[in-house]
Amino acid sequence: MVNHHHTGIVLKLLLIPMVLVYFSSGYAAEEISNISVQRQAELQNLLIQDCGSCHGMTLKGGLGPALTTDALKNKSRKMIEVTIALGRPGTPMPPWNRILTKEEIHWIVNILYTGVRL
Amino acid sequence: MMFFIKTIPVIFFFSLLGACSSMHLRGTGDLGVVIERASGSIQIVETTNKTALSRVVGLGDLSHASVVYSRDERYAYVFGRDGGLTKINILSSKITKRIIQSGNSIGGAISQDGKQVAVSNYKPGGVKIFDSNTLELIADIPATYGSENKQSKVVGLVDAPGQRFVFSLYDADEIWLADLASGKPVITKYKNIGRQPYDGLITPDGRYYIAGLFGEDGLVVLDLWYPEKGVKRILDNYGRGSKKMPVYKMPHLEGWAMTENYAFLPAVGRNTVLVVNRRNWKQVTSIAVHGQPVFVMARPDGRQVWVNFAYPRNDTVQVIDTDKLKVIKTLKPGKAILHMEFTPRGEQVWVSARDAGKVTIYDTENFNSVATLPMNKPSGIFFTHRAHRIGL
Repeated sequence: MVNHHHTGIVLKLLLIPMVLVYFSSGYAAEEISNISVQRQAELQNLLIQDCGSCHGMTLKGGLGPALTTDALKNKSRKMIEVTIALGRPGTPMPPWNRILTKEEIHWIVNILYTGVRL
Repeated sequence: MMFFIKTIPVIFFFSLLGACSSMHLRGTGDLGVVIERASGSIQIVETTNKTALSRVVGLGDLSHASVVYSRDERYAYVFGRDGGLTKINILSSKITKRIIQSGNSIGGAISQDGKQVAVSNYKPGGVKIFDSNTLELIADIPATYGSENKQSKVVGLVDAPGQRFVFSLYDADEIWLADLASGKPVITKYKNIGRQPYDGLITPDGRYYIAGLFGEDGLVVLDLWYPEKGVKRILDNYGRGSKKMPVYKMPHLEGWAMTENYAFLPAVGRNTVLVVNRRNWKQVTSIAVHGQPVFVMARPDGRQVWVNFAYPRNDTVQVIDTDKLKVIKTLKPGKAILHMEFTPRGEQVWVSARDAGKVTIYDTENFNSVATLPMNKPSGIFFTHRAHRIGL
């Protein structure tokens, strides 16, 4: 990473997505240790099936907006986590913090940003 | 040479006869379709012997998929989330025609005369109407609203007597009545009906269109006998109320149970079923139930109402006695109960359990499970008798 200071601006820009990928995949790997494999399967099912009821099973949107990696790329990860936890007043999006822990919401958001296995 | 000329027609005749006798002629009145939402497939089922007959694949994203039937009950029209509209011959279990008519759709309806199939779309927001025979586009009705000509998501699309379709504009707070009697749509728009209509139903007699509001309490009624009188508000306290409880799955209005005196409605965000007097729309009582109700469906004779529930309490089905107005049975058919469908005269009910991967068939008199059918993430169950019901 230190070497980046010596590379040209163009190369730097090219590296940004790679760095993001690096961090996001590292992030996901970190979370796996906290949530059991069985719970991960449940969360994955929840995401595709139940979130999918409003956001579409391919996450391309429905009553709720699209949640594809493309749709999320310009949105802050923190904002998405807060939206899942607290819901969005004025819309049908309910607060999930009554059902999911902070870590579980974190894990789901990671999955969304790294691309869901459909 | 003579031999050939004489025998060819004879062979042809016998091969035809063979084909006919091996072909199993049957009606379709006891057939139905179960949506397998995750695999983009359906299973064709029959209710007499309670069996699955065949599977049809390649139907796209079937989350929230629904089905209407041609009036001869031979063809099922499957509306997919991804804008797919598929016409399936349920006798041969073959796709007759499949089109992608929009980017994102939510449901459909078939016209009174059976000649038009309408689809309500989220993206681009509006309704498209197709020839039910060919699936050729007859009319495109973009749901444009406001000064910027935005397009609203369309929900609660139903057929109404007189070759009409009624639907609600979620983003525009409007109800539109599309009259296709002349072949071209004539639209009547009802504006400022209330915030965020999220679903609609038509009463079984085809007279009243009722829309539920997400953005505020109350319901909106349009009397289709007197559409010129405009919309009315009823049940002002129906909704989430001042406390705005979170709603983990939007209740469905299509399944509203109507008995002789009462309508049974799913409360929004609360663990109750509301009982309302059908004459004056005043609440009679509320019945405490297991979770937030999603479908509240009356057995065809009106003696029982069956209820399923929103995530995370969605492993349960409850039965309400409509005379005693209380829960008389609680069943646990498996994880993620998504839908219920009664046989045409209601002696049995089919219940889909998505995460349990099965459909359970119950005897509605003694509540015994009489059969289970393995299915791949089953959701909606649609039997062919819907073909002859207004609004289904």
